[in-house]
Amino acid sequence: MQMTGAEMILECLIREGVEVVFGLPGGANLPLYDALPRYFPRIRHYLVRHEQAAALAADAYARVTGRVGVCFATSGPGATNLVTGIANAWMDSVPVVAITGSVVRGLIGRDGFQEADITGITIPITKHNYLVRDVRAIPRVLREAFYIARSGRPGPVLVDIPRDVQQERAEFEWPEEARPRGYRPPVEPDPRAVEQAARLIAESDRPLILAGHGVIIAQAYDELRELAERANVPVITTLLGISGFPPDHPLYLGMPGMHGMHWNNLAISEADLLIAVGMRFDDRVTGRLKDFAPRARVIHIEVDPAEVGKNVRPTVTLLGDARVCLRRLNGEVRYKERSEWFARLEALKQAYPSLVYPDDPEEVRPQYVIQKIYEMTDGDAYFVTGVGQHQMWAAQFFRGRRPNSFITSGGLGTMGYEIPGAIGVQVARPGDLVWAICGDGGFQMTCQELATVAENGLPIKFAIIDNGHHGMVRQWQQLFYRGNLVASRLRNPDFVRLAEAYGILGLRAVRREDVPAVIDRALRHPGPVLIDFRVKQDENCYPMVPPGASLQETIGLPEEYRALAPKPSAVEVES
Amino acid sequence: MRDGNIRRRRHTVIAQLEDRPGALNRIVSRCRQRGFDIESLVVGRSETPGLLRMTLVVDGGIDAEQVVRQLGKLVDVLDIRDVSDEDTLVREMALIKVRWDADRRTHITEVVRAFRARIVDVSPASVIVEVTGDEGKVDALVRLLQDYGVIEMVRTGRLAMLRGPAPSHPPLEQLEEAYEYCPVPQPR
Ligand SMILES: Cc1ncc(C[n+]2csc(CCOP(=O)(O)OP(=O)(O)O)c2C)c(N)n1
Repeated sequence: MQMTGAEMILECLIREGVEVVFGLPGGANLPLYDALPRYFPRIRHYLVRHEQAAALAADAYARVTGRVGVCFATSGPGATNLVTGIANAWMDSVPVVAITGSVVRGLIGRDGFQEADITGITIPITKHNYLVRDVRAIPRVLREAFYIARSGRPGPVLVDIPRDVQQERAEFEWPEEARPRGYRPPVEPDPRAVEQAARLIAESDRPLILAGHGVIIAQAYDELRELAERANVPVITTLLGISGFPPDHPLYLGMPGMHGMHWNNLAISEADLLIAVGMRFDDRVTGRLKDFAPRARVIHIEVDPAEVGKNVRPTVTLLGDARVCLRRLNGEVRYKERSEWFARLEALKQAYPSLVYPDDPEEVRPQYVIQKIYEMTDGDAYFVTGVGQHQMWAAQFFRGRRPNSFITSGGLGTMGYEIPGAIGVQVARPGDLVWAICGDGGFQMTCQELATVAENGLPIKFAIIDNGHHGMVRQWQQLFYRGNLVASRLRNPDFVRLAEAYGILGLRAVRREDVPAVIDRALRHPGPVLIDFRVKQDENCYPMVPPGASLQETIGLPEEYRALAPKPSAVEVES
Repeated sequence: MRDGNIRRRRHTVIAQLEDRPGALNRIVSRCRQRGFDIESLVVGRSETPGLLRMTLVVDGGIDAEQVVRQLGKLVDVLDIRDVSDEDTLVREMALIKVRWDADRRTHITEVVRAFRARIVDVSPASVIVEVTGDEGKVDALVRLLQDYGVIEMVRTGRLAMLRGPAPSHPPLEQLEEAYEYCPVPQPR
């Protein structure tokens, strides 16, 4: 069938199963937008107010659905506005296809109006990218783009299509398969490696599982749990691994690393075996690399060969999809009693409490707000965060019961993720409850998207943890820059009135006793709600591994906090 | 490029690439980003239309396994391997422009002959010498010619190929066979 390039793009999206696109039009992608209504409602388009939000919403949509997220932008500034979102997807291995319009072929390379070399710009932050100069290539290119984005270690792919290519007509030829011959992600681990890994597990007396985003990407929740239970190994989840393992499971130990559980950081130093599943030994997890897990052998289960040995050299590597690898491994492991190790972990938990904070009625503690939200939703919601202290507290106190319900920007640490991220999640999960845990700083990086929220009636609950500061920056300045607070204080707008200006219900909590009431009010309100939680301004987030320090040097909670920890049987622990 | 007598060990990585726009850009970009300092990079056509052959030389201090894996991940790269410890034939070509006058003629000609190099251009005051060989040979010739006055020099950088009948890269059919389909996670 003859069709225009623009129609081909949309036809391809439908054939790839795309139902949702986030985008914003402009001169170079107007042919695409011109054709779009003909594909409604099979494709739904969400108009964002800044292209960064289109890329970030597509990223969040992809995280919760496991499908490819799609965003549209015009050439030049439209395309460059996507860059932060594309980099975010790149760092966290999220399948996104970004389709940008580019200037007409005759103007490429001549600095035509709104030309930006977006394929050049995005080389380091995409798995692959394309500039399509021939309309007939569109189906093959898009088919390849989707395949590359979602297979192996997922990631973003950008396809740049000149306006005149979108307008040209040609025969639409859909390839059954389009897999570039230079792209062969591993699937099956070497059976000998599996055996060897099982042997290491059997030999180990002090093993730990470190589960990362790979578990969630491969949807290997059951397999991970089976490994933990079968082999009797406790589980630590990285920031992006949170919600890959049930938080109330007796084998669950929480998050490690910079703001992780103090006990985990010490346990990692004592472990004789780390079973790393779909995680890449990020510096926020390992602390100073040279002192990381000094006693441990390492089994690395990983789909991206380039991650093997990049930071930590494994004893055994299982290359492949986390789910497939875990299934193979589960077939080989056996239960082993490790009561000494479990007793030791229990002792560490008692001696190094990490989840207590003072409870004074006059102040709203950020931890309290976050804990209360989990409690009052019974953990049955999606949680999307920004970046900073509130993100770390949300990670520490996470009690969500759904797999893959903690959506956060890990690798890039993109402030402003909270709003477009929540949009992407709510669009993907229309019937479910979505809470955005926001920083007052990050919120203002993307708050123009409240218009998108209101326009589409997305019933997101925004909880601004409003500490009047770039809290995490303030914390670092206080701890590492002699208390020299520069550019970390925020003079905020009246968030409640801002919400109202967008037609969104705005609420505020200034005292502890207000907190349950406003959460309850928000939960009963059918539409979007913004709550401004005026929290204690100078609260710091602990435990903390100072930048450049080792996990063993974790700074624990302040003494007066630790004193609040419940003390059952007195246990002697020397560190 | 290092001069002097102490030549550090280097890694030689060879690859087969798709001949398409951006392929070289992506390779160089990945090397830059990952801090793989490129000592030399030679890319040209291969026996197969649509495929390029590349020889990349990086400093011995760099983790060659990371180079292979990081570059091997690129969609443009069909096959890549570190051949530093393999039986390879290594060649480099250089053009060296040397001052030339009646007094030095015979000396230069003799040096050139001893190295099995060639004089490929002659002007009244200079000659251009063409030499092919491994880097050691090229370095040695340059050192000798320096005594006569080297005006300028260009070098190609290292080219490498496995010795013996086997191709340096598996044939395409074999690549396709080795294709392992990735289970695409079921959307939920
Ligand atoms: C786009 C972007 N710019 C700057 C930073 C650096 N940064 C990290 S945390 C932070 C402060 C975040 O403040 P806020 O959103 O209020 O959250 P809080 O730490 O107070 O909870 C900043 C500026 C970042 N992560 N992302």
